[in-house]
Amino acid sequence: MAKYLILIYGDEQRWDAETPQELRAKDEGHRAFAATGGARVLAGHELESSSTATTLRGNDGEGLLTTDGPFLEAKEALGGFYVIEAADLDAAISLAALLPELASGHGGVEIRPIVDHG
Amino acid sequence: MSDAVTDAVTDAHRREWARVLAATVRVTRDLDLAEECVQEAYAQALRTWPADGVPARPGAWLTTVARNRALDALRRESALRRALPLLVPVPEAGEPAPDGRLELIFTCCHPALSREAQVALTLRLVCGLTTAEVARAFLVPEATMAARVTRAKRKISAARIPFRVPSPDELPVRVGAVLEVVHLVFTTGHTAPVGEQLVRQDLVDAAIGLARVLRLLVPGDASVAALLALMLLIDARRATRDAGGRLLLLSEQDRTRWDARQIREGTDLLTFALRRSPPTRYAVEAAIAAVHAEAPSWEATDWQEIVALYDVLLRLWPSPVVALNRAVAVGLRDGPAAGLSALAPLLDSPSLSTYAYLSAARADFLRRLGRLPEAAEAYAEALALTGNDVERAFLAARLASLTP
Repeated sequence: MAKYLILIYGDEQRWDAETPQELRAKDEGHRAFAATGGARVLAGHELESSSTATTLRGNDGEGLLTTDGPFLEAKEALGGFYVIEAADLDAAISLAALLPELASGHGGVEIRPIVDHG
Repeated sequence: MSDAVTDAVTDAHRREWARVLAATVRVTRDLDLAEECVQEAYAQALRTWPADGVPARPGAWLTTVARNRALDALRRESALRRALPLLVPVPEAGEPAPDGRLELIFTCCHPALSREAQVALTLRLVCGLTTAEVARAFLVPEATMAARVTRAKRKISAARIPFRVPSPDELPVRVGAVLEVVHLVFTTGHTAPVGEQLVRQDLVDAAIGLARVLRLLVPGDASVAALLALMLLIDARRATRDAGGRLLLLSEQDRTRWDARQIREGTDLLTFALRRSPPTRYAVEAAIAAVHAEAPSWEATDWQEIVALYDVLLRLWPSPVVALNRAVAVGLRDGPAAGLSALAPLLDSPSLSTYAYLSAARADFLRRLGRLPEAAEAYAEALALTGNDVERAFLAARLASLTP
């Protein structure tokens, strides 16, 4: 088994504008994802909006540079993540394909293999 | 060394490369090591076949040698086994040992790889082309292509892209991705985008060879049959497209020199595909090629049928290039004035703004209407947009013929 990080990206303005029904449908989608994944879903969280992010950069030995906002400014922001376990990339793709954000008409999910140091 | 032995090794390279590599990957679970062992097996064939004779089953001989090399290498390096072996599922007891080529093709054309990487890996691992040959075909420096292949192989192991035939519900989509790679190899070979030669026959042959393998491995798939039909029908004209570096149009080609056996095979495959399922993009394109193949002369071509097929194609695959071909067919059916007005709406299409065939088609209709200064301007535009030397020579000759 391998571990993968699933990063969920989307348009924050559209996430902010979701109606209660849309939010409920999304919650149900995540519950269905968790139910299908079962023990293969190792962790997962929704993130506060990117406007609450703080970025630190090394400043050529002059201490740390602290700035407001995400590391990369982009139209689509990171909204949440999961860590899953899967036999191979095809299995990871079929699980990630269940995420409700993929039906929202904006954004998408990125699947990154996690390095196995074991 | 006798030519017969060299021919036998070359032939085994063309026919058996993918099968030998796929069988070796099952042992090594590492694409690089497998490739190395297979290359060594072919080198050993060149050394020993002249004295020992060509074995009765060259593929089996090469597979045994390559797998033995792989086992030796694995024993030597067992302590250094790579951290990320390729995921090669072990067949269940009692299951026949799979051929392996299909797994290899699906791994190379996995949708998680970029299209460029899919094409490079397929030509390298399935068709057995060297990195230098693949680089030449796609006009990139060899170092760039080598880096592309290395990156793709690294992704296969790090992201754990499995060496497996997709499940039946995924199969149609995944076969579609493989066919796009095959079609891209074919079109790149059929009219090389840049360079001295009109046709890169090695790429055309590689594409047809790949489609033949797919046809054997998934015989019921209509889209595979249709793409193979399309390529065979178009490639049947290969001997007549180029007269000593001069491009010959379909209207000028000597149809008696078209490959009749290949045309028959293509039309049989097309018939199979159309009986099996509703027409796909490749089937309609093959049907258009078949109408040309069956017409006794340019003048006797059934343009009515060709326009009707382009109408179907435009519905299945709405692309500006298809719309352009349809407009040209309208001009051939109803005359140059009708053709010119059919082309008019396409002149604003951004994706055709640098497409030489649009300028060339307009130039041809304008020429036939006697609007020579406008025709000259359109030929000059087409010339500026064309990179293939044989096509450039054709356009330059047309341009020169307009000025008395």
